[in-house]
Amino acid sequence: MSLDLLTYLFIGGSFALYIGIAIWARAGSTKEFYVAGGGVHPVANGMATAADWMSAASFISLAGIVSFVGRDGSAYLMGWTGGYVLLAMLLAPYLRKFGKFTVPDFVGDRYYSNTARTIAVVCTIVISFTYVAGQMRGVGIVFSRYLHVDINTGVVIGMAIVFFYAVLGGMKGITYTQVAQYCVLILAFTVPAFFLSAQVTGHFLPQTGLGATLGNGQSVLATLDQLSTDLGFKAYTEGSKSTVDMFFFTIALMAGTAGLPHVIVRFFTVPRVKDARTSAGWALIFIAILYTSIPGVAGFGRVNLIQTVNGADNTGTAYESMPSWFKNWENSGLIGWVDHNGDGKVQYAAGNAFEGGKPNFIEGTGEHGERMVSNPNTAPVAVNGAPFANEVYVDRDIMVLANPEIANLPNWVIALVAAGAVAAALSTAAGLLLVISTSISHDLMKKTINPNITDKQELMYARLAAVVAICVAGYFGINPPGFVAQVVALAFGLACASVFPVIVMGIFSKRMNTQGAITGMVVGLVVTMAYIIYFKFMGGSADQWIFGISPEGFGTVGMLLNFATAYTVAAMTPEPPEDIQHIVEDIRIPRGAGTAHAH
Amino acid sequence: MSMSVEKAKAYWSENLRIISTYLVIWFIVSYGFGILFVEQLNAIQFFGFPLGFWFAQQGSIFVFVVLIWAYVFSMNKLDEKYDVHE
Repeated sequence: MSLDLLTYLFIGGSFALYIGIAIWARAGSTKEFYVAGGGVHPVANGMATAADWMSAASFISLAGIVSFVGRDGSAYLMGWTGGYVLLAMLLAPYLRKFGKFTVPDFVGDRYYSNTARTIAVVCTIVISFTYVAGQMRGVGIVFSRYLHVDINTGVVIGMAIVFFYAVLGGMKGITYTQVAQYCVLILAFTVPAFFLSAQVTGHFLPQTGLGATLGNGQSVLATLDQLSTDLGFKAYTEGSKSTVDMFFFTIALMAGTAGLPHVIVRFFTVPRVKDARTSAGWALIFIAILYTSIPGVAGFGRVNLIQTVNGADNTGTAYESMPSWFKNWENSGLIGWVDHNGDGKVQYAAGNAFEGGKPNFIEGTGEHGERMVSNPNTAPVAVNGAPFANEVYVDRDIMVLANPEIANLPNWVIALVAAGAVAAALSTAAGLLLVISTSISHDLMKKTINPNITDKQELMYARLAAVVAICVAGYFGINPPGFVAQVVALAFGLACASVFPVIVMGIFSKRMNTQGAITGMVVGLVVTMAYIIYFKFMGGSADQWIFGISPEGFGTVGMLLNFATAYTVAAMTPEPPEDIQHIVEDIRIPRGAGTAHAH
Repeated sequence: MSMSVEKAKAYWSENLRIISTYLVIWFIVSYGFGILFVEQLNAIQFFGFPLGFWFAQQGSIFVFVVLIWAYVFSMNKLDEKYDVHE
């Protein structure tokens, strides 16, 4: 069967499945809409959490990042998994015992303050919107490449599907579709990973394959180091980030992960405190299956890419004889080539092939049929001892999607990967949209603006808010702000500097009061945002970094300042009322959790 | 609540001890082996991987999984010991 037909079948089939589940799991009450009725099995919740968490970024982008930056990519691998240890031990069981619907619920009730609640609502909405824009874009890229519709149509189709099951089914619909989406995405990631690993190394598992010895008598990693340094890149297993920056960046990713509202809220859906712990364990197992395959996929992909482009004799491959994936992705604008030395061959090495890094395509084709660009590097040089100047731009985001094609895997694997990428993006988008709509209907409408609305009205507001949120997310997907990559740093920074500390202190410090919590959050937020905005949007340069900490890692400093400020202020102001201290004592004891309730 | 204040305190302090033990391990494998001492460990080969690189990209993740499950089992035991399980 042709690739197109297979892709339609796989994506269409998976959509039919999601819609079927949505109809089966319609939500009838706010409790079903917000926390799926509170009766989700821990294994199912683990899968749903894994799908919720693993976004287009994990599925599409992460292996590409690791592939291109080598060891520096470890910060993401450790950060996005290690956060679950914090979540399981410091947050999930206690929040489950507390038994409310949302993160702002906890913050507002524990700190007996609507100001604190409102700050938490704002954080939640900003974090979730930043995230969701990227997901819609991911759906668009996959659709445009594989279904040959334009990116905008792709985004609209994605919106329609999410609309259907998020608005109809709420958390209940989302939970069970996420379980299905997890199965699709994990198959879609591991099947090609097995193929690749077996093909390159003879090992079935990419986890051990990366350490295997190749035909040249060297291990995969040693070969990669060699290939990289020969072409003027740094060695694959060497880091280029400073140790301080790696340290702070990894903490920011871990604490940020633990503080993401759409992940936390998943732990409200299980019946007991014990189940909250167990489902964190399941979630990390399901996540680890994908994350421990990533280094292998990244490494094999890099070897394949370099060897395919530069050829066996390492002098480049004639453009006319490049395999079809090269031209397909060139048509999607994610690969670019300019023949600097005029030999008609494609050569890949360190350095910029284009002014500013990325190709800027214009109408028309060149001598060999390549797409024309307006910005070829006017002074191309071979850098760091590479044999030639770099002539190629390869977007990191295509590594996972293009890997099966580069490795000549069967068409059904390529179609499966496309369906998996869509599942990853949609599952995360749905979880985020739910958090946004809950924040608006529950935390703002019900708890802050008009406490007298009925359950039915609240449910209606929740659905309305979900509709608006989907439209806004779709708008960002179609007109992506140029700063998506930068704002993701902001999302993690905010979660790390505000949400995470305020919850941890709410559980582990009985003495923490509303004054301490609010000043702590505000200080953490302001410091982190100011730093990120200065360096990401106002042109601050790397030599001005405080202690050499990048803006991505500065959330950690914000978090430390949050803790310091909160404890200082709390020590100078009256302790929290007796009933609040009782609440804190109560959430520390598992027994008597009951199901999540609204009041 | 049926639990006495002393018992609740004892439960909480054992809980804190369990959490801190596991978090120390969590810190050592990721920040210790994967970041601070990665260069030193890279001198050691481990099934074809430089050891520091392996911890940074795979080993720490395996340890995280084990840690959460060890925590689950420790806490279940603790809950039963203090009769606060559900």
